[in-house]
Amino acid sequence: MRDFAYARAGTAEAAVGTLAAPRTAVIAGGTELLNWFRLGIAAADRVVDIGGLDELRGIARDGDELRIGALATLNEVGEHPLVTRLAGALASACLQAASAQVRNRATIGGNVLQRTRCPYFRAEEPLPWPCNKRDPGSGCASLAGRHERQAIFGWTQDCVAVQPSDPAVALAALDARADVLGPAGPRTIPMREFHLTQREAAAAGEPMRETRLGADELITGYRLPVSTAGQAYVKVRERASYEYAIVSAAADVRLAEGAGGPRAACAGEQRIAAARVALGSVAQRPWRLTAAEAELPGTPLTREALLPVIERAMADAVPLPQNGFKVTMARNAAVRALLAAGGAA
Amino acid sequence: MTLDFARRVEVTLRLNARSRTTVVSPRTTLLDWLRDDIGLTGAKKGCNEGACGTCTVLVDGRRMNGCLTLVVQCEGRSVTTVEGLAGMKGAGEVGGELHPVQRAFADHDAFQCGYCTPGQLMSAVACIAEGHATDDASVREWMSGNICRCSAYPQITAAVLAAAREEAGR
Repeated sequence: MRDFAYARAGTAEAAVGTLAAPRTAVIAGGTELLNWFRLGIAAADRVVDIGGLDELRGIARDGDELRIGALATLNEVGEHPLVTRLAGALASACLQAASAQVRNRATIGGNVLQRTRCPYFRAEEPLPWPCNKRDPGSGCASLAGRHERQAIFGWTQDCVAVQPSDPAVALAALDARADVLGPAGPRTIPMREFHLTQREAAAAGEPMRETRLGADELITGYRLPVSTAGQAYVKVRERASYEYAIVSAAADVRLAEGAGGPRAACAGEQRIAAARVALGSVAQRPWRLTAAEAELPGTPLTREALLPVIERAMADAVPLPQNGFKVTMARNAAVRALLAAGGAA
Repeated sequence: MTLDFARRVEVTLRLNARSRTTVVSPRTTLLDWLRDDIGLTGAKKGCNEGACGTCTVLVDGRRMNGCLTLVVQCEGRSVTTVEGLAGMKGAGEVGGELHPVQRAFADHDAFQCGYCTPGQLMSAVACIAEGHATDDASVREWMSGNICRCSAYPQITAAVLAAAREEAGR
């Protein structure tokens, strides 16, 4: 790791004030940044430490919103009673991420800024193969080589990577907004739009851009509308713990009231009144199944009824030659998440 | 408002119950500092990327990967390594009575080559203190950040649960 100069920020504004200069990085937990430095994914001459900013800490309810400070660790978010009760999919996503000791350092602010786990991208410099993220214009070794873990939505010939964050999937499903501070002051970014697919980035003329966060901006926290609907986060992976997702799904389900309504339930059959569902690790951003969400009200909470709804919502998936299985796996994860959120699994 | 960026930083922290002041390059990880500057080689450098857990230490009582923590991030904090786990034999000297978790690991043959053991022990102490050592499944989930290539997992799980029961009984 190359050396750098270091300063502790006394305020969030002071931290942001340092970001105008090139090659200045923010450190919070450091679980990503230190590995970026080691691999050569990032290099900084100056590192500003925001870890001491109490103003960015804390989890609290504010009316109809849950506020989570950017410096809350994944374990703090995952085990906080307010999050467990009012944003259960987020709590579950946090606790299914990384390991207990990584979760004690990793912050919810930094987590969504982690970069892809594509093995061609995460190699030590000098890179022995092409990667447009590491060396723009060099090509994509994954598209030509192994890509069974890569995207089924939104990819381009330039890059097929997925965003691996678990919490980001829950934040997108729960309509969270990121509070962001920049040189011009604060603004918010809906977490549904925070990350960009390769296709969205290319359309905006910055093919390798991954988020809407500016280089001189800092995430200070998140606000989520509180939800008393059932929630779940389903993570499918090759080992039971401490592993990135192959696919994942976050869901929030409100069930219809019993008999008497216009869509009166058959005996013993529960129907969905409203649902939100997002897939993870299928694109470079969390993938909300909005077409399914429009169709789900009135749908019985059964695997048989949910499968065709999710299939229709995923009809625009474009798998790569090696990852067709992810379409099926993601469909099943979404169905499982909806069933679990509705209390049927 | 401008910040002063420094290439050498003075840090004061507590290490195994003893206060220390040190001057480090900002890039120095807690793991490298412990092993190379202080000479405490209990925490091991396995993967140096947060994947194996053998560098696990406690910072303010919470388990963390020493390889993912900078010394400059430990200002004012209290760091405990495996060397600080056993009872102290005199001022700052190690070698006293084993910690109950260490004894449970020995009693249950919870290691073979021993390379992961310092990290397993620190993680186990925290896992028990957090209240996560309740049953097999919970221990396996909350100890998953510590890899054992000899695959002593059944014995490690048994040791953690035994130490947790002993702690609860006291």
